[in-house]
Amino acid sequence: MSAPLTSLDRPNSYIGRSVPRPNAKRLLAGRGRYVSDLKLPRMLYAAFLRSPHAHAKIISIDIERARALEGVHLVATGADLAKICTPWTGTLDHFKGMTSSPQLPLPLDRVVWAGQAVVAVVAESRAIAEDALELIEVDYEDLPVVVDIDGAREAGGPLINPGSANNICFRSQLDNGTVDDAFAHAAHVVEEEFSFGRHTAVTLEPRAIVADYDPAAGMLTVHHATQTPYQFQDLYSRHYGIPEARVRVIATDIGGSFGMKLHVYHEDMAVVGLSILLGRPVKYVADRIESFVSDIHARDHRVRARMALDAKGEILAMDVLDLTAIGAFSTYPRTSVVEGNQVIRLIGAPYRFKNYRASLEVIFQNKVQTSQYRAVGHPIACAVTERLVDMAAAKVGLDPFAIRAQNVIADDAYPQTSPTGYRFEALSHQACLKRLHEMMDYDALRAEQAELRKRGVYRGIGIAAFVEITNPSPAFYGVGGARISSQDGAIVSLTPSGEVRCLISVTEQGQGTEAIISQIVADQLGLAQEHVKVVTGDTEVTPHGGATWACRGAGIGGETALRAARALKRNILEIAALILQEQPSALDIIDGEVVDAATRQQRLPIAEIARIAYFRSDTLPPGTQAQLTVGHHFAPQGYPFAFTNGIQGCSMEVDVETGFIKVLKHFIVEDCGRVINPMLVDEQLRGGIVQGLGAALFEECRYSETGQLVNGSLADYLVPMPMEMPDIVIAHVETPTADTELGAKGCGEAGTAAASACVLNAVNDALTPFGATINSIPITPAKVLKALKRF
Amino acid sequence: MKARAFSYFRAATIEQALDAHALVGDDARFIAGGQSLVPALSLRLQAPRLLIDITHIGELRGVRREGGFLRIGALTRHCEMLSEPLIAEFAPLLQAAAPFVAHPAIRNRGTFGGSVALADPASEFPAMTLALDAEIEIAGPSGSRRIKADDFFIDLFETALQPGELITAIYVPLFKADQRFAFDEMARRRGDYALVGCGMLATCAGDRINDIRISFFSVGNTPTRVKGAEATLIGSSLNSERIAAAQAALEGDLAPPENDEVPPAMRLHLARVLLGRLLGRLGESA
Repeated sequence: MSAPLTSLDRPNSYIGRSVPRPNAKRLLAGRGRYVSDLKLPRMLYAAFLRSPHAHAKIISIDIERARALEGVHLVATGADLAKICTPWTGTLDHFKGMTSSPQLPLPLDRVVWAGQAVVAVVAESRAIAEDALELIEVDYEDLPVVVDIDGAREAGGPLINPGSANNICFRSQLDNGTVDDAFAHAAHVVEEEFSFGRHTAVTLEPRAIVADYDPAAGMLTVHHATQTPYQFQDLYSRHYGIPEARVRVIATDIGGSFGMKLHVYHEDMAVVGLSILLGRPVKYVADRIESFVSDIHARDHRVRARMALDAKGEILAMDVLDLTAIGAFSTYPRTSVVEGNQVIRLIGAPYRFKNYRASLEVIFQNKVQTSQYRAVGHPIACAVTERLVDMAAAKVGLDPFAIRAQNVIADDAYPQTSPTGYRFEALSHQACLKRLHEMMDYDALRAEQAELRKRGVYRGIGIAAFVEITNPSPAFYGVGGARISSQDGAIVSLTPSGEVRCLISVTEQGQGTEAIISQIVADQLGLAQEHVKVVTGDTEVTPHGGATWACRGAGIGGETALRAARALKRNILEIAALILQEQPSALDIIDGEVVDAATRQQRLPIAEIARIAYFRSDTLPPGTQAQLTVGHHFAPQGYPFAFTNGIQGCSMEVDVETGFIKVLKHFIVEDCGRVINPMLVDEQLRGGIVQGLGAALFEECRYSETGQLVNGSLADYLVPMPMEMPDIVIAHVETPTADTELGAKGCGEAGTAAASACVLNAVNDALTPFGATINSIPITPAKVLKALKRF
Repeated sequence: MKARAFSYFRAATIEQALDAHALVGDDARFIAGGQSLVPALSLRLQAPRLLIDITHIGELRGVRREGGFLRIGALTRHCEMLSEPLIAEFAPLLQAAAPFVAHPAIRNRGTFGGSVALADPASEFPAMTLALDAEIEIAGPSGSRRIKADDFFIDLFETALQPGELITAIYVPLFKADQRFAFDEMARRRGDYALVGCGMLATCAGDRINDIRISFFSVGNTPTRVKGAEATLIGSSLNSERIAAAQAALEGDLAPPENDEVPPAMRLHLARVLLGRLLGRLGESA
């Protein structure tokens, strides 16, 4: 007996199918073309002298010996670049009252973090440029350094930005319902203070840029390893005063980004200026040591939170204070307050309660900037919520699954508004919870845990429910005045040979964007996928759009491609109908052939339609103008954001003598709406979970009291490696959004959102027999041994 | 980062290598596997004028028996510690330690002599030369000499090697039928420098330990033998009381340095746990 036919059994049905990504073979064969592979004629190389001080006044800079070195073409200071580049400020209007100092490519008189670029050298080779750096003498005068949250908030303490009243960047408050009343009448209250260390993206390919200014044409071309070429086209145009149409940003192959490659970096802005000053291409590739001190970092939060419950374990209220330190500036153009903002708005998101109060305080300090990085704010919101839920379960005497089942918003209760004001279209917490329970074989795991404890083996089981924010509308940046698009554009053409080319504004960084776009276009048009060529990442070729961030590639980019493909199909069938003397509605396209819609009988290859339209238009009826290139833009409407949800679980073992943790197995049930390519979704979830486990157990940017990053190398900053990673078991629930035809939401951040919360809960579960608790991430052997009072 | 410019000389013999070094003096460095030196050059932590490549010197290669010793040529690569049958038979402690030395790509290039010469206190092999009571053969401007591992490691990255001298081979006493060994380390990730590591070699008569050498790494400025702990075990049979005594003795043997990530008390605790586990395994292998 064969299974009943599904939509996947129709020809060219690529939506929902695991097809390999077309670019994988090229990249694996070493045929990728990254910015660092690029060699342009007359190209020069930049290197930067960096500040050894976390906070100091620049007294003098002596560049004469560096300038005299053979092979050096330019030595530039902050003053040189300030003449041609206007300053930028990392604030947005919808974050009321936020402040941040103006920034320039290189500082004029003060350095504010250790590792900040101070002087640029451009030379015939990177090695010569570095030789010249050694010949530059900068005289600094130390200023008081602010490194930790408490020091930064101290009244009368040192100020990072002269002229400001304090080191506060932004404050925000939410207060919904009757929080004080709920706590006053609660049967149970649980409370904890959490800390979350800084970490950073550590992309396989570091930041890289080649700026090529042609003074004769007045044209700037920038080859840039970025997620968001249009955003940079706009910024280079405005800050260097070059008309937008004469700025071209090309984002070729990118080796990972995770949000790190969409911020303005001082070196990148400087390189553009250096190319303008020299009239030659200038290349800069951050090396790993530089990446650690200049790529954005993320997290760095301290959260005090409490939760009120009734006697039966019903959550009544939450009250939260999030303090987060972001470095000396707010990042441009997306700011550094979005993470904190999302922390206080995503806390409690899976649950039904209505009384919620939160304060956010965003603080400056003398460290490199933090900003948006994969799962912005989610891991913190999730860990705080889910740990409190577990603590509450223990207090009330409920199993972790039972308390969640009791409190999550019911699957049939949507639409709903969260206590923090987010509007949820449709989520599936109950279905996910049920599926996870089965998938983990939860009762057997608990039985095994009890058995092993008798033998001195301490296993922990943790679960964590989450809500992920995706597909942002203009409510995210546009309303704040940022020229960051929430729409995307696609141009779809039928080639003279009957293939299809799709130029689209969403970009590819290794996650498979091009694969899913070609799947959608092929599916909608009725073509074999290999006959669809997708082109991304060149502002002179692809239409303007938001590109890739906040998991918008599938939901917004995919919908754009879908609608563009449908429009092209209509146009193709119109021509086909004229040729075949039929109504367009009586025709369809299957496998590149126009067919009779009812009988599927083949009538005409689309290659023939292309041939006639392009080369024998004289044979078409008079007045016919074939439109075989279609442009289409799509901006999300309806809900301001799409929300996805899911739940993760993990089983681990804690060595209570050494504090070492071994994650045995990790589970996720995830609902990203329509799944376009299950293999790629699973890859995103696995990668995201591994990044979350890295945060939970290994990754932390550690600073000395003087503001020096003490572990800024891959030997000392521990990224998760395969030997320490568990098998990851994945299941899906599909609740498509009704806001789009495609119904896809997004899946890139779901893994990272809850993995660390899950580990936190599992470790605390393992330590229960000892009465020891952990409230700090990453969970290192030192913290476990401290909690166990072993040293 | 890019290394500063340097000259390069490929020596064909030990003599050529020593002569080249004598000519340039302090500004010369010998290079073999380059797994520590090349990163140091790239970071410009070192900027020698001349690199003397010793990897083509045949006399520095090969593993063979010589009297009561296994002579392990200085250029023996870490990966050969895993594949060389003579090492498996006569220096099994080295074979046991080898999988913990970094990652395969590094083991393919890094050399035994280079690791001992650098004397990184967090490295496995220098510490194992102490446990094995190995002797280090050195060639220099004033001729060749052999020095006990016990006398070789002086301070942080400081050894008995004089400027211009070169390790030519390490001599390891042949493993005997009445000997037992154990090795393990605690690293956050496989292949990382360990938080604490330890290897030991015991000579036993039945349950009784006639002699034992226990060497730790990642516990201080040099690879460290724990003679106090050894003394609590020698002449006794291995039981839980003796193991506890050995663990307690570590407090006098080790003085871990201040470290923001692993405080001294934690490192000492981990050393005790590791010692207890390894001695337990040593007892089981009787």
